[in-house]
Amino acid sequence: MSSPVVELPEAQLRPLLAAYDASVRTRRLHTLVVLACIVAAMALASVSAEVSPARLIENIGRFPSYIIRLFQLESGRPAWTDLAEWFWGLPRWLRLLGETLLMAYVGTLLGAVGAFGLSFLAAANVGPSRWLRFAVRRVCELCRTVPLLVFALLFVIAFGLGPMAGVLAVVIHTLGALVKQFAEVVENIDMKPVEGVSSTGAPWHVAMRYGALPQVMSNFVSYTLLRFEINVRESAVMGFVGAGGIGQDLIEAIRKFYYTDVSAILLLILVTVAIIDTLTSRVRHQLIGREERR
Amino acid sequence: MPRRPAIDLVAIRDRHPQHFTRFDRRRLLALLTGGAAFALLLFGMAQLGFFGGTLISGSLRLVEIVGLMLPPDPGSWAHARTFGVALLETVAIAFLGTLSAAVLALPLALLAARNVTAQRVVRFLSRRSLDTIRSVDILVWALIWINVVGLGPFAGALAIMTADVGSFGKLFSEAMEAADRKPVEGIVSTGGSHALAIRFGILPEIFPVLASQVLYYFESNTRSASIIGIVGAGGIGLHLAEAIRTLELQQTSFIIVLILIAVALIDFVSSQLRFAMIGRRGATA
Repeated sequence: MSSPVVELPEAQLRPLLAAYDASVRTRRLHTLVVLACIVAAMALASVSAEVSPARLIENIGRFPSYIIRLFQLESGRPAWTDLAEWFWGLPRWLRLLGETLLMAYVGTLLGAVGAFGLSFLAAANVGPSRWLRFAVRRVCELCRTVPLLVFALLFVIAFGLGPMAGVLAVVIHTLGALVKQFAEVVENIDMKPVEGVSSTGAPWHVAMRYGALPQVMSNFVSYTLLRFEINVRESAVMGFVGAGGIGQDLIEAIRKFYYTDVSAILLLILVTVAIIDTLTSRVRHQLIGREERR
Repeated sequence: MPRRPAIDLVAIRDRHPQHFTRFDRRRLLALLTGGAAFALLLFGMAQLGFFGGTLISGSLRLVEIVGLMLPPDPGSWAHARTFGVALLETVAIAFLGTLSAAVLALPLALLAARNVTAQRVVRFLSRRSLDTIRSVDILVWALIWINVVGLGPFAGALAIMTADVGSFGKLFSEAMEAADRKPVEGIVSTGGSHALAIRFGILPEIFPVLASQVLYYFESNTRSASIIGIVGAGGIGLHLAEAIRTLELQQTSFIIVLILIAVALIDFVSSQLRFAMIGRRGATA
């Protein structure tokens, strides 16, 4: 089925076309102004960040050659032809990788337990006191805005070099991030079960245990697993400032130009992170599925 | 008042035995998982040196250190100016890195999006390379770029750019895949080419989403940019690490406060811009 296209008479068409052109023109102008602002800001930022395209073009060849050298043994052969030499430090690296995972695990769990308690205080709908809520929220904001490595640097002074400083930094950061997410979950619950439990004369903590907790648990676990993934990545670089884990060996290898060591350690980290991501995302999807079935 | 019917507990128990067992399978499983998690926690804490006494002495030292950090004080006017300039440099690094990453990520995302690139092999390769880029930490990228262009903020901006190309590529391609199919079909039905369909069918729809993601990353990159100085890639991190290592604790807290203010400001501005854009989009749609 087709219908003929009706063309408007010239007299009617002209003003319509003019209006269309005008509106396109103003939109174009608008875009141009925004673009000009961005370009100006980039120019300013380039001066401040000492950007020099000349230096980049002159040395850009070093980037691929660096990547190639990462996979080239001393003898000049590609690294994968001699796995024993490539992964010569495997026992030590695996031990450090295990330490990294433990750091992430302990840090995440301790942080999550703390956040679990605090989130009920920080949630607007069930929190027992306004002032407490305000205080908890501000402290947690501080904990998650200061970068993790800064905490690690400070804790290294207090607790000495080693994984404990790293774990505590992870705990603080996890606490700050999870309290916010947990509190949002608690704020979205259905209040009726809580009211029902309270109406029987139960105290606050009992109302939370039987009214709120069953509604939030799967979300809490899901957020904690997500945070664990993040913390594994963060723990892997904690050694850059001496706070334990495999990062120490990684930065040493980079600084001393042990090219194949760098690629071996990076590969180990990448594989570990990928495995953990797959496992946790499977568990999370199961949890979400259970939530939707309810 | 009606009499309550007598409850025959025994009969109910016989009919629903599963509700009367103290430890049914699910509960037992939960208890076992919890016990295992707790055991691993204790093992981990022992391995990482939590029970050696350092925890207590260290905590006492930490309290002392926090006491010495207050009030924040740059020490001298010259120091304050140095830190201010370094902070601007940090913001510049984050800005340049984020924006150039967005520009580079757009074509890559086109290659990785299912509804744009029909070629399976191209899509697979571009996705895997984006994943690999993303899983390498920003500090490692910074160290690699330092080898290429030398110490300084330029290496930092390049590191943020590299790391973000991975993230943006993934986010952008997901946004493209979520885009409405109808505008594309409309353009194709008038005889428009594939390129035209992408330009006028997909890009206008996803642009506000992309822009809001870029703005969001600008804020988080400011935080990243403030630590890449620790490995020598410019910005305020260098001064921060130095202040901590030389135990200039009041300067340390001054720098931390500066970073917090900068992040809060950028957060505010970017969320205003984001709302403005989403609002504008809502008005036209």
